[in-house]
Amino acid sequence: MKFSLSWLKDHLETEATAETIAEKLNAIGLEVESLDDPAARLSGFTVARVLTAERHPNADKLQVLSVDTGSGEALQVVCGAPNARAGLVGVLGLPGAVVPAGGFELKKSAIRGVESNGMMCSTRELELGDDHDGIIELPADAPIGMPFSRYHGSDPVFDVAITPNRPDCMGIDGIARDLAAAGLGSFRHKSTSYQPISGSFPCPVKITVEQNSGCHVFWGRVIRGVKNGPSPEWLQARLMSAGLRPISALVDITNYFSVDRARPLHVYDLAKLQGGITVRRGRAGESFLALNDKTYTVTSEDCVIADDSAVLGLGGIIGGEDTGVCDTTADILLECAWFDPDWIARSGQRHAVTTDARQRFERGVDPMMLSVSIETAAKMIIDLCGGDVSEPVIAGQFPADGYPAVQLMVPYSPSQALTLGGVDIAPETQRGILGRLGFLTPDPDSLEIWNDAAHKAQALATVGWDDALAKHPDSWLVRVPTWRPDIVGWPDIVEEVVRIHGIDRVTSTALPRTDGVARPTATPAQKLERKVRRGAAARGLSELVTWSFLPEAEGEHFAEGSGGLWMLANPISEDMKVMRPSLLPGLLAAAQRNLNRGAAGLRIFELGRRYLRGDAGHSDERLTLGIVLAGEKTARGWAAGKPQAFDAFDAKAEALALLAEAGAPVDNLQVMAEAGPQFHPGQSATLRLGPKTVLARFGMVHPATLKAFDIDVPVAAAELYLDAVPARKGAPGFARAAYAPPALQAVTRDFAFLVDAALPAGDLVRAVKGADKANVVAVRVFDDFRGQGVPDGQKSLAIEVTLQPAEKSFTEADLKAIAERITTAAAKLGGILRG
Amino acid sequence: MDHAATGEQALAQIAAAQDLGALETLRVAFLGKQGSISGLLKTLGAMSPDERQRIGPQIHALRESVTEALAARKDALESAALALRLASETVDLTLPAPEAPRGSIHPVSQVMDELAEIFADMGFSVATGPEIEDDWHNFTALNIPESHPARAMHDTFYFPDKDGDGRAMLLRTHTSPVQIRAMLDQGAPIRIIAPGRVYRSDSDATHTPMFHQIEGLVIDRGIHLGHLKWTLETFLKAFFERDDIVLRLRPSYFPFTEPSVEVDVGYARDNGAVGGSGDEPGRGWMEVLGSGMVNRKVIAAGGLDPDEWQGFAFGTGVDRLAKLKYGMEDLRAFFDGDARWNRHYGFNPNDVPTLSGGVGTAA
Repeated sequence: MKFSLSWLKDHLETEATAETIAEKLNAIGLEVESLDDPAARLSGFTVARVLTAERHPNADKLQVLSVDTGSGEALQVVCGAPNARAGLVGVLGLPGAVVPAGGFELKKSAIRGVESNGMMCSTRELELGDDHDGIIELPADAPIGMPFSRYHGSDPVFDVAITPNRPDCMGIDGIARDLAAAGLGSFRHKSTSYQPISGSFPCPVKITVEQNSGCHVFWGRVIRGVKNGPSPEWLQARLMSAGLRPISALVDITNYFSVDRARPLHVYDLAKLQGGITVRRGRAGESFLALNDKTYTVTSEDCVIADDSAVLGLGGIIGGEDTGVCDTTADILLECAWFDPDWIARSGQRHAVTTDARQRFERGVDPMMLSVSIETAAKMIIDLCGGDVSEPVIAGQFPADGYPAVQLMVPYSPSQALTLGGVDIAPETQRGILGRLGFLTPDPDSLEIWNDAAHKAQALATVGWDDALAKHPDSWLVRVPTWRPDIVGWPDIVEEVVRIHGIDRVTSTALPRTDGVARPTATPAQKLERKVRRGAAARGLSELVTWSFLPEAEGEHFAEGSGGLWMLANPISEDMKVMRPSLLPGLLAAAQRNLNRGAAGLRIFELGRRYLRGDAGHSDERLTLGIVLAGEKTARGWAAGKPQAFDAFDAKAEALALLAEAGAPVDNLQVMAEAGPQFHPGQSATLRLGPKTVLARFGMVHPATLKAFDIDVPVAAAELYLDAVPARKGAPGFARAAYAPPALQAVTRDFAFLVDAALPAGDLVRAVKGADKANVVAVRVFDDFRGQGVPDGQKSLAIEVTLQPAEKSFTEADLKAIAERITTAAAKLGGILRG
Repeated sequence: MDHAATGEQALAQIAAAQDLGALETLRVAFLGKQGSISGLLKTLGAMSPDERQRIGPQIHALRESVTEALAARKDALESAALALRLASETVDLTLPAPEAPRGSIHPVSQVMDELAEIFADMGFSVATGPEIEDDWHNFTALNIPESHPARAMHDTFYFPDKDGDGRAMLLRTHTSPVQIRAMLDQGAPIRIIAPGRVYRSDSDATHTPMFHQIEGLVIDRGIHLGHLKWTLETFLKAFFERDDIVLRLRPSYFPFTEPSVEVDVGYARDNGAVGGSGDEPGRGWMEVLGSGMVNRKVIAAGGLDPDEWQGFAFGTGVDRLAKLKYGMEDLRAFFDGDARWNRHYGFNPNDVPTLSGGVGTAA
């Protein structure tokens, strides 16, 4: 909301500077987004008279002026403006001044060989208008030598962000009231000092407000014989300071009330109305061309203003082009109505239209100001445009049992400023603040609003007066002014008192602390997350944070098992349409971007959620680790030669290492198939705990997947389902299980078995491990050989078996027996011991 | 027999031996079973006591000197051979060593760990909630009425889906729904922070459709605005590791708090460094937090009695805190995954934030 200092002073008697006012506005919750001080912008520009104007000796279109700046000494200035002439009074920018348009600093210079000591300025150069055909011409009696900012009137302009709870501060008078309450001057109660104008004829337009139409009350008044045209300069200047474009006197007057009093009005051209006015819900198929040149199709949830033939506008939001006033308008209907804030907000959202009227009605315009406003506005219209005013007509009414007929009352104890607001303020100081803001604190017993004792008892019971008194015997019954519909309870009163008193006076108070050092707070899930994240980074992987959204096609490609993708109804773009069912697509896309930027090899991971479907329509968001290893694992080098690409075992190594960090029992995992169609069918696998619980998948990414991501290097990937890692059982303790290293040294024995080429080495290892659980402590595959000496369709697997003697060393007979058990176990898998 | 001359002759031969083989031959010739010096030793037995006393020491001295000479020559020859071998094994150590990949922690994760560390010291634990929320938790329970602008389509990402209770599903627009979930789950008193991803349908240089927030909530008896102020001051001083952090509280409006307070922090205009009063020359105020005393309706929606419990809540952007502390400029780069950006702005995994070490990591 923009307004000028002089406009503010219509409502506030103050000597404070603009800076002081801006500081106070911030302090009381009216955030100043900018303070534009034209005096500062126009410094260095002065009123000056052209004494002589001669042709420039070296340029046809330039003149050499001699200019009187009141200093007694004429300055020579080169000027190209066609209207520059002797006797003209204009604005001279002196060296050092910064031209507002363009922001360049004026310097003493030579133009085509002639010295120039400044610049005569156009309105556009000073950002005072659009005229650039010539230099500014001031009246002949303008005081030569006066700083132009003073002559022009330096009126600082505030731009204040009004929070949605403050309808009153959408008008300058409301802002002035707040400032006055905060001690920055005294509030001029303009809205209570007005003269009603009696109408000279009954209102000829029949106005009907339908029930449940979103409008409660509609005041109308006809004014005949107005003359519309440009509004006076002072009004135009005011509106421009508020960022509004002057249109015509009638429109400008309605805009003036909107900014001055937070009171939107509307004027209709009576000649363009067909019959009476009805305020009602919209009907299917109805539409209208609005003042912003857009056509709106209304719904039955919209409050519309209609005449007998058509919808004219969205009530309280925007009027129609067809019934708007123009220069030839002679008779008008003036509207001053009260619309339901929720209706306005919803209609405004539905039609995506933001207007000054909407911004005020959706916050809640003061319902008690209808008569004042229509009187004051009618007066201003006849003052500026002439005409005869009808008597007002009032259609509709406020509900008898609600706001504003029943004024809100809030029990409040001055002690609550301390108990909630944290600042101790003397009760009388609080009462003063509330009073200046328009909150009354009457004695309930002396209030004259009660019809009778029963009414009083009921009203006081409704606000919980007795309860409040029981808790706080010093409670006040605070009557909330009608312009503050946001105040609904005692915490709101605390806020009013504290913000006006000064929120900077709140004293920091330490939260109570438990004895001793701080207790650990991390949950098991958090600890797991931290270990995995730092574990991955320690292994050389870089953490990324990628979007939770994916393009639909990428989402679909990874969607199996998700229960159906979460697809946004209103995505910001097609690339951000579905929630990721896997962390791999986001990482693959990032890998592609990096490869395009010239990266040769990448090791990246992300720790985040994948979004699945849960119970009862909820989401199921699972902690997941995605890893992508793309391109070169090692660059070409002097020692190793060619670059080496990542393979599926690199992915397996990361998966196992990080599952171990996550606390998974990695020694018990089974390597099984079904990593999914995104992976190379022969070079991918899942890691499972038991046949059902999949903890991870890993392997080489399928060439078709890579193609879809436009990647042309091999990529290994892994995805760890950390949500599936079983939690540690039992109470957490610190002591480890008892252990002493065995006294006897372990022995190793090598075996080589011929097996079917399709037999997974892991099966052989498991069989050998199980062959003699008492003695075999480790089995390692150290060779997988096919070729010479090995029959077709078979392979030779060489394993190193570690045997740990317990009480006494193995005898030859012991070792022979163990070897036999091992070869028997291998034989069950078709393994033949090689000699 | 002139043992001294024999000795000199033997020593000369040993000194002249050019390799270990020649030396071994000499050793056998002198000290072997059939060696000349071994032969002399054997003569001792046949000597008279007088003779033995006179000649014995000479023979022993001869044997000793030859044994020592052999050992010394052997050492010398071995050293020379080793030196020769080592000389042939020289490598160019200016060649690069094998490259080990360097991993990194994303600034958002690092800052979240820093925040968890700071707030743990103040007794706050970490709570989480779903990002795909329902409109009751995201809006209604937080006293955001249906007509509130934040509910409009242009701010909130919606799904076409409804949950089992008919609530509209959406992407949470803030971490505040975790307040409701925490109150409903844990009851009071409560001290939590809730960091996480949030979403707004907004995109430019300073807004991304996804970003990270951290929410704080304290519900207890007798909590007031002064506690909020202390908590935020303490947190920001610890986070930026500066004692000169100055806060400016400004009254504001949020539906879920009453009174509501926006918090500005003083900073230097030239380099953006946080610290000092924003009213000092060359400094300004920068908005960093939204906060306030939890609205009674929100406490009630959390299943607690607002006459018994009150407290405060605050929220701020994690990405923004990271930017302010570590100096990144463009928020969009946070989510682009550029390896070069990660190398520059990412953190060493060993830089675990601790209070004893200082939660921040020096540049």
